[in-house]
Parts: sequence; C-alpha cells; structure tokens
Amino acid sequence: MDTNNTILKIEGLSKSFGALKAVSNVSLKFEQGVVHAIIGPNGAGKTTLINLLSGELQPSEGSIHYKGHDLTHASPNRISRLGIGRSYQKTNIFPQFSNLQNCFIASQSRLKSSMRFFRPARRSKEVMERAVKALEMTHLSRQTERVAASLSYGEQRQLEIAMMLATEPELMLLDEPLAGMGSEEAMKIIELLKELAKTQTLILVEHDMDAIFAIADQLTVMVNGIVLETGTVSQIRCSQAVQEAYLGEEEDGECLLT
Amino acid sequence: MLKITKPVWVFLFFALGLTLAFPLFGEPFYIELLTNIMIIAIFAMSLDLLVGFTGLVSLGHAAFFGIGAYCLAIFFGQSDQFSLWAALPVCLTGAALAAVIIGLISIRTSGVYFIMLTLAFAQMFYYFFFESKHFNGDDGIFMLAKPEVKLGSLQLMDLGNEVTFYYFTLGIMVAVFLFLIMIIRAPFGQVITGICVNEQRVRSLGYATQRYKFVSFVIAGTLAGLAGFLEAAHSGFITPSYLSWHESGAILVVLILGGLGTLYGPIIGAVVLVLLEDFLPDLTDHWKVLLGGIIILIVLFLPNGVSSLSGKLFRRKIFTASKPQR
Repeated sequence: MDTNNTILKIEGLSKSFGALKAVSNVSLKFEQGVVHAIIGPNGAGKTTLINLLSGELQPSEGSIHYKGHDLTHASPNRISRLGIGRSYQKTNIFPQFSNLQNCFIASQSRLKSSMRFFRPARRSKEVMERAVKALEMTHLSRQTERVAASLSYGEQRQLEIAMMLATEPELMLLDEPLAGMGSEEAMKIIELLKELAKTQTLILVEHDMDAIFAIADQLTVMVNGIVLETGTVSQIRCSQAVQEAYLGEEEDGECLLT
Repeated sequence: MLKITKPVWVFLFFALGLTLAFPLFGEPFYIELLTNIMIIAIFAMSLDLLVGFTGLVSLGHAAFFGIGAYCLAIFFGQSDQFSLWAALPVCLTGAALAAVIIGLISIRTSGVYFIMLTLAFAQMFYYFFFESKHFNGDDGIFMLAKPEVKLGSLQLMDLGNEVTFYYFTLGIMVAVFLFLIMIIRAPFGQVITGICVNEQRVRSLGYATQRYKFVSFVIAGTLAGLAGFLEAAHSGFITPSYLSWHESGAILVVLILGGLGTLYGPIIGAVVLVLLEDFLPDLTDHWKVLLGGIIILIVLFLPNGVSSLSGKLFRRKIFTASKPQR
C-alpha cells in the first residue's frame, strides 16, 4: 500500500562487499512525521543501510525513492540538498574548528550557492542564525568558540547532531546518536529528538532500548543484512522471531525488553 | 582556517612600511633581489590557496608560472612596444586555461594520485617548450621590451625603471594577499577550508566539493601565471626551466618553510629562502648542503613554518580560550 504519507521508499535494496552481503534485499517504507527506529545486533547492516540512504555508498541492487526523486545513485551532496540530513556513528566533525564554525559550514550549505567570493561569510545573518540555533538546541550555545577537538566525547556527539540540524533537514538519518553520551546528555538529546519528531521524520539506528521505546513509533529489526521484522513498536516487542534472533533461543516467554 | 592575529598584522604593517621605504636607501642589487622575493611570494601564496587552504598538494604548480611567462614571451616578446593592458590579460587567460584543462582531469583524484597527475602535466608542458624549435627550445626567449603602462597617451609608470618595477610588484603582491584573504573569508573560503579538514563531511553537508576544489585550482593557477608574468617582465628572459619540476618542488619548499595556510607564511618563506641562497654561497662552495641542513632544522623545530614563530612569541592558548565547561 502506497500512502501519500510515504516520504522514503526503498525496494529490494542490496549492498555487497565482495562475498559479504551487508544489506540484502531490504524493502521498507518510511512515513512522514514518524520516528522509525532500526535495531539489530552488530553487523546487522544498519549503518550500511544508513550509508546507502545518505549516498555515501552506492547500492548493488534495488532502488531508493524520496518524495518523487530517484535517489538510488544520487551523490551525498544532492541527497543533503534535498533535505535529508544525517549524523554519524563515528564522530565526523571538523576538529580544528570551533563549534560555531562547524555549524556555520553546515548552515551555509543551505545557501543557493557558496561560490561567493566577496562578502565575508560571517556577515550572513541567515546562516549565522541557523548555526546558533542548532547549537542552542543541542545545549552547546555556552561554548560556541571552543575548538571541537577539545570537547568531551559526549559533547562531540552533540555537535555531530548540531551540524545535522544546522542544515534544517526534513528527514534525519541518525546513526546511534546517543552512543558515548553521558546519561544526562543522553536524556537531553532524547528530549530534543522527541521535540524534533513532532515536525520531522526521523530514521534512527540505536542500541539504547529505553530511548527507542521513548521516541520510536515504528521499529525494524535487522539481522545479517535482512529485515527480520518491521512494524509498530508494540508488535515487534512481542514477535517470536525477534525474540529468537535478538535474545537467543534459550530465552523464552516474555515480550522483548519490557 | 585563516587566523591573522593582531601582533601579526602589526608586524605585517611594519614590514610593509619598511618595504615601501627601502628604495630610498637600499642598494640597486637589493632592490632587484627584493623584487624577486616578492614575485616568489606571490607564486607561493597562490600555492598556499591550493595546499594550505584546500588540502590539494600539487607538484606541478610551476606549469602555470611558466605558462604565464611564456604567454608574455610568445605573444609580446618580439614587439618593441606593447601595453600592459593587453599583455596581462593574455598571460592570465593562458595560465587560467591551462589550469582549467589540468584541473578538470586531476581534480578527480586525490592524495598521491593528484600529486602524480599534476607532476605529469607540468612535465608535459616542460618538454613541450623544451623541444619546440619554434619557441627556441631550451635556449629560451629574450624579451625586446617591457610592458608599457599607459592611460591614453599618458605614461603612468615606466616598468623599465627598476624602482618603479619594485613598487609595481609590491602593489600586486599586496593586492593578491588581500584578494586571497577576501575569498578565504567569503562563503567560498568556508567551503574549501572545510574540504581541507574533512572533505567527506563537507560533501555530506550538501556541497559539490569537486566544483569548489576545481575553482580553487583555477584561481591558484591563474595567480601563479600572474607571478610568471611578473618574472618574465622583470628578467626579460624565459626558459623552459621555469616549468620544471624543480621549480614546483622549490616553491613547495618556500611554502612549507614559511607556513601552510597562513598567507603571510609564503612571504616569509620567500624572504628566508632567497636571502639564504644569496648569503650562503659566500661562506662555502658546499652551500647547498648548508641550505639543506637549515631547511631540515626549520622543519624539525618549526613544523608549522617560520611564520609560526609569531605564535610561539605571542603564545595564545586556543584550547583554553573559553571558559571550562560546567
């Protein structure tokens, strides 16, 4: 069923690295305004799937459609420009630059073109406002001038999300946004994601089950590159197949992680 | 990212004042030497845009320098009277065209492959001029005249005069310096400095990074052509050796010696290297060994170039600049 609400649709998506099929024949639909979490054990292909969606990897087979655009072989920059932002599992920032500068470059990407050579970039109010707002949302606004390399790991994770927000994406691909954060920061970021989820679409790879149950509407379980199960959170929690794959066969009875 | 601190600005203004006043008391030999230094500084600054700010290490930058020079020699070398207003655009266009062609192909690669491609292209141009009888091969070309700077029939400058040429070169060097600061502070510069640090991230933020690298390459090539034009006009003699990979290597040494990604570093590097080359031969026949040793010492103890001395003298701890958290 293809509802009007489908913002992103992938069909038969596969990615092989030599003999290894990291992602195998995955078909999923992502609804507008829905938080869709993807879980699975290590090596399940979650990050590979995110990399395919963001254009960092090219699929071996299958197709990706976003709001009527065919993104199957689109470049990362085109995908970003169409309104899909992403954050990385492994912190991916400009370590030598200040927090503000990191977000400024992100924010500036929303200008029609950055092939501008005359006026100093910092004079652009629009770009600056977006950058400052992103830092505020991620609780970094008290350290705008700090060099990113000097931040704690958790703060770098916050900056990672801030950079994505500074591009004002409509669809966000979040690859383990909470990994490495202290519980206090994680709570703040969960609050932020909840807030974002009201207006935007989130695709979330995460290990923290509490966080997932707090914000996710839809849940997809991946194992060995294939989709084991997809559905609403409550459906998945009680799925027999998921229990077996995720918790091992000895575990029995109860719903997953209640 | 470009950071020119206050003490550096003070130093630069002081140096500019000294350079402006120098012809009043300096010997003609040193006026000519300083002109050479400034031409090399322009050449090295153009390479800094590429290496220091975009992160593209080129080993063929002398190609553009040489093409700028050869354009002057080929199109104007035989005429005993020609205008700067015609010569300069021709030379810049020639260098820019070469940069477009080389850039379109080599920008697709990166790292070692980029180095090899730029080197290969530069060597192609070198051997083209070296072998071509039409352009006198390795004997080079002598210029009959210097470009005239006229507005209507009014002569603005006599570039045949060594002191005038000195000020002309100084003016262009300052202009190139300010031009590069301008584009590095503009949105374009934000993107290329980002590419220099983490290209993959810049791309995922929505920038077509290849395009920005290409434009940076062409601007750098054109400015190198400007330096080549000045060199040809100044010396009045052009040989294929201008394009050789020794030149490309030497200008990289100037840049690294002075300090990458600083813009004033290349000027300091040019001063240091040319003065050493002028001074060391008086000491010993084996001065090149001495020069090599000094370069090694500088790289060992000032890995960010001579210009980083200013940071060491006016130490500012960037990592504790803002309040500690919590």
